[in-house]
Amino acid sequence: MLRADLLRSEIATTFRRWRTLVLLAVLAGVPVLVGVAVRIQTGRHAGGGGGPAFLAGIAGNGLFLVFTALAVTLPVFLPMAVGVVAGDALAGEAHTGTLRYLLVAPAGRTRLLCAKLVTVVAFCLAGTLVVALSALATGALLFPLGKVTLLSGTSISFGEGLLRALAIAGVVALSLLGVAALGLFVSTLTDSGVAAMATTVGLVLTAQILDGIPQLQAIQPYLFPHYWLSFADLLRDPVYLDGILRNLGLQALYAAVFGSAAWARFTTRDITA
Amino acid sequence: MIETRGLTKTYRGGRPAVDGLDLAVPRGSVFGFLGPNGSGKTTTIRMLMGLIEPTAGTARVLGQPMPGAVRQVLPRVGALIEGPALYGFLSGRDNLRRFDAADPAADPRTRSERVGRALDRVGLAAAAGKKARAYSLGMKQRLGLAAALLQPRELLVLDEPTNGLDPQGMREIRALVRELAADGTTVFLSSHLLDEIEQVCTHAAVMARGRLVTQGPVAGLTAAVLGPGGHGRLAVTTPDPADAVRVLKEHGLTGLRADGDRVTGELPEAPPDGPAPPDPAELNAALVRAGVRVRAFGTQRPSLEDAFVRLTGEGFDVAG
Repeated sequence: MLRADLLRSEIATTFRRWRTLVLLAVLAGVPVLVGVAVRIQTGRHAGGGGGPAFLAGIAGNGLFLVFTALAVTLPVFLPMAVGVVAGDALAGEAHTGTLRYLLVAPAGRTRLLCAKLVTVVAFCLAGTLVVALSALATGALLFPLGKVTLLSGTSISFGEGLLRALAIAGVVALSLLGVAALGLFVSTLTDSGVAAMATTVGLVLTAQILDGIPQLQAIQPYLFPHYWLSFADLLRDPVYLDGILRNLGLQALYAAVFGSAAWARFTTRDITA
Repeated sequence: MIETRGLTKTYRGGRPAVDGLDLAVPRGSVFGFLGPNGSGKTTTIRMLMGLIEPTAGTARVLGQPMPGAVRQVLPRVGALIEGPALYGFLSGRDNLRRFDAADPAADPRTRSERVGRALDRVGLAAAAGKKARAYSLGMKQRLGLAAALLQPRELLVLDEPTNGLDPQGMREIRALVRELAADGTTVFLSSHLLDEIEQVCTHAAVMARGRLVTQGPVAGLTAAVLGPGGHGRLAVTTPDPADAVRVLKEHGLTGLRADGDRVTGELPEAPPDGPAPPDPAELNAALVRAGVRVRAFGTQRPSLEDAFVRLTGEGFDVAG
C-alpha cells in the first residue's frame, strides 16, 4: 500500500510543473492548427488532395482530424515531448540535488526508477490523449461527423469509428515506449537535465533521418520509429495487424533493453551531485 | 553508531579522496567532523549514506553495513548533505510532503501532522505556503533541516547546517542541535567553523587530505594535540614586560613571548610525582612583589583552532 506513495508523488510533481503543462498545451494546439487550416482551405476550393494521410477526409468527417493529428504529431511533437520529460526525469533531479535527498529518504533506487518509468509512460498516454481529444473537439466543431469510410472502402458507424480512434490512440501511446525507455536511460548517464533532454531529442531526430535514407534499409527494421505509422492499418477492414504487432514488439524490445540498461546504470552509479 | 574500517574512495584516476578512514562515532554523541574544503568530508558522508560505493573498506551505520542495508538504516537517519536541494516550483510544505512520500517507512496518514511539526521546529511555519524558489538561502537551509526532522531519528547527519544563516539563525540551529542531542539523537555534524564545533560537540574528528588526523572527545582533543603546555597560556599585560618575563621564567614558565606590553607563556605541566605547578594567583603576587605593574592578568584556554592548525599545518585553505 505504501509503495504507491512515491509513484503518486512523482506523477503529481510531474504534472504540476509548468513545463509539462506547456508541452501538453503545445500538443493540444497542433490539431487546432491543422483543423483551422483545413477549414480555411476547403472554404476556398473543395478537394485538393496531397498532404499527410487522412487530410483529405477531414472535410467530410471531423473524426478524421483525430487520425490526421496523431499522424502529424507522432513523428516529431510527441516523441520530442516524451524525450523532454524522460530525459529530465533523473538528470534533472540530479542537477538540482533533490536526487540525493530522495535516495536518502530512502526512496530506493529501483523503486525510484520504476516510479519514473511509470510516470513517463503516463505522460506518453496523457500526451496522446490530449492530441486525440483536442482533435476530436476541433473536428466536431469545424466539420460534420458521421459514418466513417475506412481505407479499404467499407463504411462503419460513427460509434465504431470512435472506438477505432481510441484503439489508435492506445497504439500511438505504446509506440512512444521506446523513446521513453531510451530517454530514461540517457537520463541516468548525466547530471545535467538539459543535456539529457537534448541528447534524447537528438536521438529521436537521428533515428527519423536514418529511417528515411533508402540505402540504410538493412538497419531500418530495428529503428524505433520504423513502424510508427502502421497504426493506420487499424482503419482497414479487416484490421491488418502485421505492422502493428511488429511495432509493439519493437517498442517492447527497446523498453526491455534500455530499461535494463537504465536499471544497471542507476543502481550502481555514484551519486555525486 | 557509525563505524568505518579502512574506508577508501578513489575517483577515476585521482588520488584517494578518502584514504583508509577509521571513524568511530559513539551513540549519543554530538560528533564534529572537521576539515578544510576538499579534505574528504562530503565524500565520507556520501559513502555513509549509501550514495557512493567505497573503493575499499567498510562502513557500518546503526550497526548495519552500508550501502547494503540502506532500506533498514536510512529511515532512522535524517540527513542534510552538501546544502539543501529543493523543488523550486513547489511550496515549502509540498517539498517536505514529497521527500516524506519517498520514504517507504513513512505513514501517509500522519504526513500532514509531521510536516507541520517539522516546519514549526525550524521556524518556517509562516513561510510554508511560499514557493521554495522564493526562499532565501537561510530559509532553504531550514527547510532542508525540516526534511531531516520529518521522523524521530536515531542519527542526524548534518553537513554544514548553519551555512548561509545569519548569526541569529546560527544560534537557533545550534540550540536545536543541542535539544535533539538532549533527546538522545546522535548528531554527526560537519563544519568548517571551529567555534561551532567547540560550542556544540562532545566529540570531534579532524580530516586533512582524505585522511583522519585525530578523533576523540573535544576536551581531550585539544590537550592531546597540543601536548605539554596545552593546558593554557598565561597572559599578562604590563608596562614592564622585560621584568615580567624574568619573574615568570624564574617560576618555571616556558615559551615566554613579549609582544609590546603583552607577555604570554605556557604554564608548566604538573609532573606526576613532582611539585605542584605554580598557582596563577601566586604568580601574580610574585610579579607584584618584584615591582612589576600589572594591568591585566589571566589564563587563555587553548582553542580547537590552535589544535587544528597544529594538526593540519595549513589552516583553512583548500587542500590541493
